[in-house]
Amino acid sequence: MWIEALIAVTLASAFAVFLAPNKVASKLAFALSLLPLAGSLWMYSTYEASGNALLAGSELAFETNFEWVTAGPYTLNWHVGLDGISMPLVALTTVLTSLALLASWTPIDERQSQFYGLMLFLEASLLGVFSALDFFQWFVFWEMVLVPMYVLIGVWGGPRRKYAAIKMFVYTNIASLVMFIGFIALVFGLGDSVTSLDMPAIAQALRAGELGGLGPLTAGTLKVAAFVAMFVGFAVKVPIVPFHTWLPDAHVEAPTPVSIMLAGVLLKMGTYALLRFNFTMLPDVAQNNAPIIALFAVISVIYGAMLALAQTDLKRIVAYSSVSSMGYVILGLVAYTLYGMGGATFQMVAHGLISGLMFMSVGVIYNTTHTRMVSDMSGLASKMPFTVAVFVAGAFGYMGLPLMAGFAAELFIFLGSFGAFAGSVWFTAAAMFGIVVVAGYLLFAMQRTLFGTFETETDYEVGPAAFHDVAPLVVLILLVILLGVDPNIFYTMIQDAVNPLVPAAGGGV
Amino acid sequence: MAVQLPTWTALAPAYAFAATALLLFIIDSIDPGSENRPLIAGTATLGSLAAAGVSAWYLLAGTGTEPIRLYANSVVVDSMSLFFAFVFASVTVLVCAASYDYMRDHSYQAEYYALVMLAATGMTMMATANSLAVVFISLELSSLPSFALVAILKKNRGSVEAGLKYFLVGALSSSILAYGISLVYAVTGSLLLPEVANAVGETDLTGVLGIGILMILGGFSYKVSAVPFHFWAPEAYEGAPAPISAFLSSASKAAGFAVAFRVFIVAFPVDQLVTSATAGVDWVLAAQILAVVTMTLGNFAAATQDTVKRMLAYSSIGHAGYVLIALAALSGGSDQFVLAGGMAHLLVYGFMNTGAFLFIALTEYWSIGRKFEDFNGLAARAPFACVAMTVFLFSLAGLPPFGGFMSKYFLFAGAVRAGFWWLAAVGAINSALSLYYYSRVVKAMWIEDPVGEFDIESKPVGLYAALSAAAVVTVLLLPGFGSVWQYATDAAAALVA
Repeated sequence: MWIEALIAVTLASAFAVFLAPNKVASKLAFALSLLPLAGSLWMYSTYEASGNALLAGSELAFETNFEWVTAGPYTLNWHVGLDGISMPLVALTTVLTSLALLASWTPIDERQSQFYGLMLFLEASLLGVFSALDFFQWFVFWEMVLVPMYVLIGVWGGPRRKYAAIKMFVYTNIASLVMFIGFIALVFGLGDSVTSLDMPAIAQALRAGELGGLGPLTAGTLKVAAFVAMFVGFAVKVPIVPFHTWLPDAHVEAPTPVSIMLAGVLLKMGTYALLRFNFTMLPDVAQNNAPIIALFAVISVIYGAMLALAQTDLKRIVAYSSVSSMGYVILGLVAYTLYGMGGATFQMVAHGLISGLMFMSVGVIYNTTHTRMVSDMSGLASKMPFTVAVFVAGAFGYMGLPLMAGFAAELFIFLGSFGAFAGSVWFTAAAMFGIVVVAGYLLFAMQRTLFGTFETETDYEVGPAAFHDVAPLVVLILLVILLGVDPNIFYTMIQDAVNPLVPAAGGGV
Repeated sequence: MAVQLPTWTALAPAYAFAATALLLFIIDSIDPGSENRPLIAGTATLGSLAAAGVSAWYLLAGTGTEPIRLYANSVVVDSMSLFFAFVFASVTVLVCAASYDYMRDHSYQAEYYALVMLAATGMTMMATANSLAVVFISLELSSLPSFALVAILKKNRGSVEAGLKYFLVGALSSSILAYGISLVYAVTGSLLLPEVANAVGETDLTGVLGIGILMILGGFSYKVSAVPFHFWAPEAYEGAPAPISAFLSSASKAAGFAVAFRVFIVAFPVDQLVTSATAGVDWVLAAQILAVVTMTLGNFAAATQDTVKRMLAYSSIGHAGYVLIALAALSGGSDQFVLAGGMAHLLVYGFMNTGAFLFIALTEYWSIGRKFEDFNGLAARAPFACVAMTVFLFSLAGLPPFGGFMSKYFLFAGAVRAGFWWLAAVGAINSALSLYYYSRVVKAMWIEDPVGEFDIESKPVGLYAALSAAAVVTVLLLPGFGSVWQYATDAAAALVA
């Protein structure tokens, strides 16, 4: 019952903070968020499981499974459990939420109790997404994420917040419905061989080839159609080019803490779902079409990086860089090798930490200078050396400096995808070139904003940031280095869950 | 085995309402024109709580599993009637609690609550009616107090006009219903539903029977505010005091469906009238047309409204269309499933729709305007109430974290299973459209900046209590849907074994 307790405590905290007066909300929310954080770390330390949550013969951690509603031929269960893929993401969610709450103290200056309440509500939904194993229950949590996100961007965002909030809501909600139709079509196609919406049961039936036709569709067509529907649905969330256009708007308008959650955790929902649904349930479709999917991945990497290069807004640069980083994840997944899929999962966590770090430092810079335009700033290093140091460290992490988390993740992905399928050498090589562009735009941006002589075109006094602003940055940078030095903290766990997915006679490593 | 209660106690929910009404009359005759609001509203709330408690107890104890027939078989208490009694009673509790504040400065205190209790008695009887005579009488018993309740704000022109319009359409529909009943009686020679069912299979007078059935369907359409007898609804819901709008659009509509379900399934069996080789009267086809037209018209009209209350009124017509799917998909062979979907939706709807109208009652209490723009930025001043309203609206739209998602999902899934995938598709498209106008309110409350200053000087206890109770239940209905579904299935099984 630990997962239920985790979600329930977070929801109750959200409610308590919501009712609390504005003055105490920020501190109360942070204090309460330490409860799920401690809970997830405790769960992490006692984690004992083996195998993949969706495949037979696996042992899940903290699993509960009981019947919820029986309706006609289908049973809906309450089924939660963690394996090596979801455990790191649950930990990531709790860590980032606590840090994001800390990072909200300075920028959020109105309606605090509502803001912090919604942030905790968001955390509870995210924990649900990563731990639910019944499709229906999972979908409830998946959609539950949208409601607080919509309000968080729409109320506390920048000047074009309403546009950004609605765009985000419409894009991702339509995507969810497309995915829903695709998945439900699969369930109907399975006919009598499944009696529940339990994801493990469905995954096993699909992998065992029990899919029949549906109406005029043959089993083969149905498979591909459902794969495409689910892929499109999740691609919007990731986001993969060309479904990415909502993301920069949402990021630029969202307040810093919301950007941290958006880049750090919400985008991972998309890749996590791709891994769980597309790549676990329909591995043959994924493998047969690997070059096409890899093409999407590489385009995301290169195009995202190119777009970032062209931006003049520091936050936009970081926002587009997410598109590029998530492209690596897709490349790793489609490789279908131990290193590829493991690296992809590792990259989800690593990118969560690093992008959180980047958004947080951009936020700190914005809080002091009140501008995000690259052209308005120069020589910040002399005025706020500590923040700048962290920013540089984060940027190096992003570029994949060895001994930082990003390096380990990207290395695994490239090792895994190189030679994994026909033509994968070229895709991998092209994606590797992305690193060069990433280094290019980050160094270019830093050179213009951070170094040189001090000069900002604002009326604000520029000085060192407050302790509670830089403290979360330090925590993140330590985590990024820790994961880079000792990837095994997560990697063995991830590998154990990914291993059963990889076909015995696959290509690559 | 505990003490066996006498069988007449099976009607205890109805008796509780009737007794409370009488008690209120006594209180009023001892101290006419009393302004002792705690006593009067408290009596009404406790009376309806008793009705809710008794019906819940009976449901849990399985009282209705074996139908209890009373008064020469003209009244039957089974799982279905108890299920609906619980729906009416819980809505009535919320309405009475909210009226405590809403009717603060009003002169007809005792009359108001007594009328609510009488209407609730009529609704409870509608769910138990096993004879067309009881159908008619109980329908009138619930309608007549409603006319007065809609017009009770005597100094408000909108209220009086709404009451008059409601009364005229009601009178017309009643006469249509009565004429339909007389035609069916002419053909079958009986008013008892099971006997009607026995006779309809053998009659040659299918033409007369068909007209009679269609007229009865028309009478019920009025009660559930389905097209083409819907045009009283927006006016009445808008003009009436907001708690009464909640009462009419939730409880009264559910009562209409309860009686329609029983009459059409028990008295006019699908397998004899619709699907058999000698079928003559395809009332399921009529229900299909009604369902599609009602939900489409309701939703499109709701999308074009300027005031929130009127938008909710039209959306309530749309929801009547969704529930009509339960009747319309009956000939598909998985009757129990789709019927249970309709009933479960009515239960969830009872809470979410009542809650939404009670929020309107709250804004009327604060004299905030009626337009969407008037709600701009309200969340900054009354966040708790706005969270509750957001829950209701998203639940009405059928978004996943709330009870409305579950009930709509099961209703549409039931239609698909019965082979009426196109009904489900029309429902789903309408449901997607509804998100547009519901989210307009959410957007106004949370995201837009306030236009003027709100004058929120007090937070009324009764309204807040009712609002939060409805919101909590709407959320809890999602995890608790398992038991809702079980009782709904039992209720449906009482009709189509």
